[in-house]
Amino acid sequence: MTLAQLPALVVVVPLVAAPLALLLRRGLAAWAIATAACLFSFAAALLLAGQVAESGAISYALGSWAPPWGIEYRVDALSAFVLVLVSGIAAVVAPFAWRSVAAELPRDQLYLFYTMYCLCVAGLLGMTITGDAFNLFVFMEIASLSSYVLIALGRDRRALLASYQYLVLGTIGATFYVIGVGLLYLMTGTLNIADLAARLPGIAATRPVLAALAFITVGMSLKLALFPLHLWLPNAYAYAPSAVTAFLAATATKVSVYVLLRFYFTVFGVHTVVEVLPMPQILLALSIAAILTASLVAVWQAGLKRLLAYSSVAQIGYITLGIGMASRDGLTGAVVHLFNHGITKGALFLLVGGIALRAGSANFDRLRGLARAMPLTSLGIVIAGLSLIGVPGTAGFVSKWYLVLGAVEAGRWWLAALVVGSSLIAVAYVWRFVEAAYLAEPTAATPGRGEAPFAMLAPAWLLVAACVWFGFDTSFSAESARRAAVLLLGGGAR
Amino acid sequence: MSALGHYNYWVTVLLMVAGLYIVIARSNLVKKLIGLSIFQTSVYLLYIAPGKLVGGTPPILAEGFRLYSNPLPHVLILTAIVVGVATLALGLAIVVRIREAYGSIEEDEILEADR
Amino acid sequence: MSPAQLMAAAVILPAAGAVLIALADRWPNVRETATLATAAGLFGITLSLLPAVLAGERPGLAVLEMLPGIAIALRAEPLGMLFALVASGLWFVNSVYSIGYMRGNDEPHQTRFYVCFALALTATMGLALAANLLTLFLFYEMLTLVTWPLVTHHGDAEARAGGRVYLGLLLGTSIGLLLPAIVATWAFAGTLDFTPGGILRDAGLPGAAVGALLALYMFGIGKAALMPVHRWLPAAMVAPTPVSALLHAVAVVKAGVFAVLKVIVYVFGVQTLSEVRAADWLPTVAGFTILAASIVALRADNLKRRLAYSTVSQLSYVVLAASLLVPLSIAAAALHIAVHAVGKITLFFAAGAIYTAAGKTEVSQLAGIGRRMPWTMGAFAVGALSLIGIPPAAGFFSKWFMFQGAALAGHWVALAVLSVSTLLTAAYFLPIVHAAFLRAPPPGEPEHGEAPWPMVAALTITAAATLALPFLAAVPLALARAIL
Repeated sequence: MTLAQLPALVVVVPLVAAPLALLLRRGLAAWAIATAACLFSFAAALLLAGQVAESGAISYALGSWAPPWGIEYRVDALSAFVLVLVSGIAAVVAPFAWRSVAAELPRDQLYLFYTMYCLCVAGLLGMTITGDAFNLFVFMEIASLSSYVLIALGRDRRALLASYQYLVLGTIGATFYVIGVGLLYLMTGTLNIADLAARLPGIAATRPVLAALAFITVGMSLKLALFPLHLWLPNAYAYAPSAVTAFLAATATKVSVYVLLRFYFTVFGVHTVVEVLPMPQILLALSIAAILTASLVAVWQAGLKRLLAYSSVAQIGYITLGIGMASRDGLTGAVVHLFNHGITKGALFLLVGGIALRAGSANFDRLRGLARAMPLTSLGIVIAGLSLIGVPGTAGFVSKWYLVLGAVEAGRWWLAALVVGSSLIAVAYVWRFVEAAYLAEPTAATPGRGEAPFAMLAPAWLLVAACVWFGFDTSFSAESARRAAVLLLGGGAR
Repeated sequence: MSALGHYNYWVTVLLMVAGLYIVIARSNLVKKLIGLSIFQTSVYLLYIAPGKLVGGTPPILAEGFRLYSNPLPHVLILTAIVVGVATLALGLAIVVRIREAYGSIEEDEILEADR
Repeated sequence: MSPAQLMAAAVILPAAGAVLIALADRWPNVRETATLATAAGLFGITLSLLPAVLAGERPGLAVLEMLPGIAIALRAEPLGMLFALVASGLWFVNSVYSIGYMRGNDEPHQTRFYVCFALALTATMGLALAANLLTLFLFYEMLTLVTWPLVTHHGDAEARAGGRVYLGLLLGTSIGLLLPAIVATWAFAGTLDFTPGGILRDAGLPGAAVGALLALYMFGIGKAALMPVHRWLPAAMVAPTPVSALLHAVAVVKAGVFAVLKVIVYVFGVQTLSEVRAADWLPTVAGFTILAASIVALRADNLKRRLAYSTVSQLSYVVLAASLLVPLSIAAAALHIAVHAVGKITLFFAAGAIYTAAGKTEVSQLAGIGRRMPWTMGAFAVGALSLIGIPPAAGFFSKWFMFQGAALAGHWVALAVLSVSTLLTAAYFLPIVHAAFLRAPPPGEPEHGEAPWPMVAALTITAAATLALPFLAAVPLALARAIL
């Protein structure tokens, strides 16, 4: 009986955990509830993914109101994959957060942090699983509002302005999304995604629908930090608490990419997006700009967190590049990079959180000779860095393979050259860390001998191990991505 | 229908653009939030206005009420208003904290202070 | 043990050895024993694989499917066996030498050195036994990354700069050129497995496309040091000499030319290349590299720099011979991998011995050193003779086959290049030998003897191997001939 309710429980459990954490008022109890809720959601997501792989998409009517009038939760190949990623990262970051957040926030605020964390997880999971366009907006705002709070809790006072800027830009993005959905509702009379997909083909070339596509694109581009709408990201990631950065970097932008994919290929359909409007060309141009400029800017950053933030903007460019190719291998590359980048950046920010705990900050002047003081952390950053570059044997290579394959198959040699060339810029900024940590002499600012606490190191290394694992065993990641790509390109027949 | 007949859409667009302009052009943090609210209000109009049918009534199950105006946009916008209120409240709370930390709520002064 | 198990053991053993070495950090003698035992074990395993391959078997082992349709897999075939034998055999000798060098010069970070060395051998064995391009690429990249700590061993600014050139060029070429080439091959041919006769034969590619793809491969395999992607090799000379020996003889450059041969023979196929005439530019580039590198070597005073450019030149011998596309020259190319390895390692061992015993690094300082270090300079002389191609040193035989192959192919330019470069090689090696033995040492120099005995033992062994190789040539020759 519970199994049938799983789609709802995935979202409801973290959602209910939030007020529970609030009422308990004790940091440790709140943390325990948050961790339990995240672990439950992760287990549920795995079960759902397994079920979808076996028997196809699951449709769940919330409150037994049948779609398209009622709100429907829909788990198909793509949403199951993203569910696993988001809940997995949430489950890994929660245990990490205890020591990390306790060092960055005052004791009496800890339970508030975990309340917001649960809300954010619930919001992101809800965005992924819902099959109703307006319900998606509601969850989007739940996730966004809680992430604004989480970011504002950072120790540095610049976190406040970063959160404010994210709030303004994020709200504009969400509102653009709502405008787009409103236009679609005006034209079709329905909000259910599957129903929209069924009703749009006849009127797809009308101006309101095309305008809706444009609004949704811009709205989601603000949320996923596509160049040039990425300006909120570096500050938000740099000044937020380490656990928040790790969580958001691995999930928030990825879920926004998921929304974009859902609307582009399921709702509007490949034909509208590719032939009627030049979305692929626009996406390609912006992605290339994102990859090149953000990678280059990353090389010159003074702090490791900011460097990784700009690296995130560049890596998101790879994902949108795959979307812009709109081919099976390109989309597979985009979706698998969604996953691979999530675990890679998650690992990196968790490790950097450990450094921030021991050294006070993650600026390069504190990283000299770090390999001697924190050998496991440094090694973890090197391995995850290799995944960013795309060295074979790491998860990042799998994404790069599919992206280059997609470019080669389309005959776009310059695009293939670009993907590999930009990976070399990643070598530059990863090797900055390697040289500082391994070749430079420790200074007074370098922390003394002593790793980050086990509770922080273990989740981080779990993700590092995942980077290597999914570089060799792609049966879950690449297969799921391929199935998702086929589903999306096939018109998302639900 | 003439262009003037679509006056509700004109108002929507005006509010939208005005709101966005305020967000971009004003450096006072509270004013930006006000602009954001105006921008969000335009969306409410975008949903509700088309829901009204000429000669339509609220959906009442009784004799004589045959043509209903669409009640769904009202529901959606109630949700959106709540979201807007929450966003505004959160934004203002952050502005209060910024005032405590920086002593000012002008964006350029704050950026200057951090340089 | 079955051949498949032996192959798996060949790749895993050095890695396991690396773990043992790391654990034995506090007991240097235990650590050194671990290295030597692992190296000896590896050579033994490789030798036991030999009979099966010589008998015509091609044992394979699929490890796991990394991407849909492409697996990480191993397969033992003649060319790979040749490389594996060279690498594993020389690792043992190099380890003996390293012990003498590292202790003689009191180098820091010795455990890290031995660990990275062992890992480099894992990568090399994986490379040698790779069954397809993806496996080859995986271990190729691993080799680059694992040798970086070796190149930057000293950790000073010079090492860092050298490391940057090393990594930048090797990763730049492999990610920037080799990876697209592999992806393109997959897209065109539908498979990445090394197949006799090549996999691009039925892909229906126009000649220009084949030529462009070949160029991507040749310059993408930066470890083969074709100009202009050769700069990493002299830059890597900041490393301690045992590392240079590893780079030049045991693993890195050999991996490069090995990959070149594999690509030409098993990916493109000699038939395809000669039909489409897509490889016509390759002898020119290789020939230019041979001559240009020889000229730079002539003018280099730093001994290791001279040896580095000599390697660049010798590697292009292999590429040149391979690009002539006749069976005899392909066999000669494969043979030269082994011959050059043994000869070059002798030269590097000698250079390191000179540095350890006398502190000298420049050619101009070597007058009269032969009297004080007769074993060392004797070995140097043998190595030099081999690289010049003078009988009875092993180098004569590979060069002889190359000349024959060039004549068979009717490639007169190649013949000319081979002849001129032989003269140039003599010109930059013989004066060193002459000065060492026949000139008097400058007055007022402190007395010194030979280097520590492990180093002298090692270089004597390799010099002897250089002389003995022709008599043991049956095995490498059989392997080389069996390639096509």
